[in-house]
Amino acid sequence: MSNIVVDKSKVPWWVSNVIVPLVNLTLALLVSGLFVFIAGENPIEAVKLIIYGSFGYIQGFAYTLYYTTNFIFTGLAFAVAFHCRLFNIGGEGQAYIGGLGVFLVAINLSFLPVPIVWLLAIFGAFLFGAAWAYIPAYLQSKRGSHVVITTIMFNFIASSLMIFLLVDVIRDTNQMAPHTVKLPEEIWLPSFEAFSGILGIKIRYSPLNLTFLLAIASLFFVWFLVWKTKWGYEMRAVGHNTQAAIYAGISPHKNIIIAMCISGGLAGLLGVNEILGVSHKIQAGFPAGYGFTGIAVALMGRNHPIGILPAAFLFGILYQGGSEVTFEMPNITRYMFVAVQGLIILFSGALENLFRPQIESFFVRRLNREVNA
Amino acid sequence: MEFLSDIASLINSTLRISTPLVFAAMAGIFAERSGVIDFSLEGKMLMAAFVAAVGSYYLGNPWLGLLLAIIVCVCLSMLHGFASVTHKGDQVVSCVAINILIIGLTTALAAAWFGQAGLTPTLNEDQRFLEIHLPFADVLRDIPVIGTLYSDILSGHYVFVYLAYLSVPLVFWIVFKTSFGLRLRAVGENPSAVDTAGINVFTMRYKALAINGVLIAFAGAHLSTAVNANFFREMSAGRGYLALAAMIFGKWHPKTALIACLLFGFTDALQIRLQGVELPAIGEIPVQLIQALPYILTVVLLAGFVGKAIAPNAIGQPYIKER
Repeated sequence: MSNIVVDKSKVPWWVSNVIVPLVNLTLALLVSGLFVFIAGENPIEAVKLIIYGSFGYIQGFAYTLYYTTNFIFTGLAFAVAFHCRLFNIGGEGQAYIGGLGVFLVAINLSFLPVPIVWLLAIFGAFLFGAAWAYIPAYLQSKRGSHVVITTIMFNFIASSLMIFLLVDVIRDTNQMAPHTVKLPEEIWLPSFEAFSGILGIKIRYSPLNLTFLLAIASLFFVWFLVWKTKWGYEMRAVGHNTQAAIYAGISPHKNIIIAMCISGGLAGLLGVNEILGVSHKIQAGFPAGYGFTGIAVALMGRNHPIGILPAAFLFGILYQGGSEVTFEMPNITRYMFVAVQGLIILFSGALENLFRPQIESFFVRRLNREVNA
Repeated sequence: MEFLSDIASLINSTLRISTPLVFAAMAGIFAERSGVIDFSLEGKMLMAAFVAAVGSYYLGNPWLGLLLAIIVCVCLSMLHGFASVTHKGDQVVSCVAINILIIGLTTALAAAWFGQAGLTPTLNEDQRFLEIHLPFADVLRDIPVIGTLYSDILSGHYVFVYLAYLSVPLVFWIVFKTSFGLRLRAVGENPSAVDTAGINVFTMRYKALAINGVLIAFAGAHLSTAVNANFFREMSAGRGYLALAAMIFGKWHPKTALIACLLFGFTDALQIRLQGVELPAIGEIPVQLIQALPYILTVVLLAGFVGKAIAPNAIGQPYIKER
């Protein structure tokens, strides 16, 4: 406990919103380096490989942006619910079910004009993801069952449900593996290759596609919704102080439901990137941990779209650069990067106050000296 | 007689499957009664399983593996305390961080050290716990009822099974019959009152978390050095969350939490039995639905169709001492 009374109003905004998060991130990455060392590899070489893998060549960079797309969706999903003080750690399951929504809409309505199919498929993804978040939201609001446990359980249930559907109901019957048929090629979202010709770059294959723009649009959508609408205000009021919100005539139930449904819907949009954009079919386990990574992205980005964009990009670098590392270093598997996520959540979420008082009082003292001089 | 032996083996597996849940629920009771949310039971159980397996592989003795697991789990509990008690960080975020960190770290280290995708080497008989056969189990087997009860249900379990059920009355006694338990519950209900009485709230919460770490280590060691002979990726499979749900359903009370754990264990034992069985009128139930039963049951129980759960009053709130 420091005895200096920190006058927070005097601390410049960039200290608490830029310096402190960067210090926390640095700590997380230092500890990650230690883990890489324990696993028997050289952390500095690993960093070089990460930078080369994610920036070193155009295809690698396209992959980085493709991962960024996924993390923007899942990061926003966690952030929206968090503003209502709800821990939606069910992004994984909501994305899985969202993928089902995309596929069902796209395969059944593929006769419609292409842009309309896209719009409806995006809507389908959002709707399915939202529906999967609705039940935990309802149970939280009406029955008080903790949303962390129910959303985790809904991840397990979503996984079982999707395996069942993929094995017994919507499997491509021409083969054995649990995945569906491919969507007709006309309705695939245009990939980066199609645009690269216009930009004058030659590129072989990349999973980056038009969904990236949808992700950018989602950032604006969330910013507008949470900070510029009456509903966003109500939702934050419920999150901040439920009793005060009730006193002001705001219904916690309504806002919990809406926040979770929007959160689930955003997670569901991951299905647009994966199914309409990249693999064009549902594969077992396609959300592959992106939902969980969204928690780290949101906490690092301080739950604000302006922070989530660079955080998602950083995780894009870690994922794409990480695959380069796992390729070159036999002792490092992709799970090492799951551990790195855990560390980032620890240092920028749970331990965010570790050095904050010291850093802030440092700036306050400096300001005091300037004033007195 | 076949029906009776079916029932006996179902009860036997219920007791075995419930064991890690019982340890975890008891661990959860200590943390949450002191006012600290503990969703990190899942991660700690996984870490304990990993450390116990690796420890007894290198040291050649499962008890030493268990000891290492206890040390590591207490450290993890202290980390949770450091973040959420000392630095007043968000308790749920701290738990989520620990869980994700451990899922990654255990699998990554297993792959780095042993070269197999998230597996540790198989333990031999000296390196793992073996089933304990109670005295006279073979002699008494043929006596009807008593024989079944003693030889088929009570005998032949791993040491952890007996320890788990012994821990329940012990936890009950500590939490409800000792002055330590009274302080523990008071810290979770009204920390300022406890502080006024001259008891350090922070120390109490750290003590509770230390006991929590010891108990959860047993759950992990049971998984990797008793029922299985190695660690594998994400082997805790949501048990930490199930145990937490059982504890909430049991209203933060050891006896009722035990009943909820047994209910989960029974569902799990039943789902293993039901796979591939043709039921009259319904036909074969899809295996995925059966596997999802414990998770669905968790949601249903938590929805509180049996009564609303009232958590300790100060749960989830960091204590801020007035100056």
